[in-house]
Amino acid sequence: MAADGGHSPLEQFVIKTLVPIEVGGVDVSFTNSALFMTIAVVVASSFLVLGMRRSAIVPDRWQVAVELAYEFIAGLLKDTIGQEGRRYFPIIFTLFMFVLLGNLLGMLPYSFTFTSHIAVTFAMAILIFISVTILGFARHGMHFFSFFAPPGTPVYMLPLLIPIEVISYLSRPISLSVRLFANMLAGHTLIKVIAGFIAVLGVAGVMPLALVVALTGLEILIAFLQAYVFAILTCLYINDAIHLH
Amino acid sequence: MMSEEPPTSSLKELDAKLKAARGHLHANDPKNNESKAEAGNGLGVALKIGVEFVSAVGVGVAIGLFLDYWLETKPWLMLVFFILGSAAGFLNIFRVMSGFGYAAGYDAKSADKKSDRPKSE
Repeated sequence: MAADGGHSPLEQFVIKTLVPIEVGGVDVSFTNSALFMTIAVVVASSFLVLGMRRSAIVPDRWQVAVELAYEFIAGLLKDTIGQEGRRYFPIIFTLFMFVLLGNLLGMLPYSFTFTSHIAVTFAMAILIFISVTILGFARHGMHFFSFFAPPGTPVYMLPLLIPIEVISYLSRPISLSVRLFANMLAGHTLIKVIAGFIAVLGVAGVMPLALVVALTGLEILIAFLQAYVFAILTCLYINDAIHLH
Repeated sequence: MMSEEPPTSSLKELDAKLKAARGHLHANDPKNNESKAEAGNGLGVALKIGVEFVSAVGVGVAIGLFLDYWLETKPWLMLVFFILGSAAGFLNIFRVMSGFGYAAGYDAKSADKKSDRPKSE
């Protein structure tokens, strides 16, 4: 990191230990990353619980926001999985809110974006991948392997197609986690880099300032978009595991 | 939650009003919706494609390197799996672009169509 401190565009991604904890030689310290995950959970829970505390038939604005979030994910599940999808609502909704708040909290000055770390996104992606694979085996048993052989494939093509399908399947957690982490990392770095020009350019700094304002808007769009993509891909994976093809 | 509410007639009125308002909304903004959906899709697709390809190649190479290390066949399996990984990457891109979703094989719809046809294979 830069020696002068606070001026490196990558400074914002440094993990700092807040409360050092060590269990059996493993470092499980409470870091700024963990702090912001906790904040995300608290904000999401209070947004939902406080918003629904009156649960009026004619809702106020807050309650409308909560209901919009609910209906958005419920609609997503219905479109991608169908009626069976209802039972996966809790996990998809939790994932969506967690990723969304991770992205949005990162937009606040002096905050930390935990979704900009591959360790966090990959942990989520690999958990989804393993659970979906287990779900597939639980629903279909050994028949799940037919997933890797597209219907109507000639037998002599199978030795070539099965490895390709398996690689395609194994690349899912990688693309799921890298997409989220790379978008957040790149966006936040870009904003910081361009913001660095403002003070240096003096009066002409208005131009990068305008750009940073525009980019902040774009980043908020991407924060929503990436949370949506993460949720919809998880839905599609679950759908594959349930219905095969 | 509904216990304190007056008789259902007012609720029905409200329901009718809501439906009318919603119908109005939908009647008004099909154009807006379409253009928004297109822009969202274009951006989403652009963001997806690169990652889809690279991750498949990465997984292929990783499997190849692991098998090479295990079976001591350096560098041949890595090369084979690099090519297989590239194929899987193109397959991923093809699926994203052609709207098959991310399912291995084919979409549920196309699979249904296939099973409808008499099986000649």
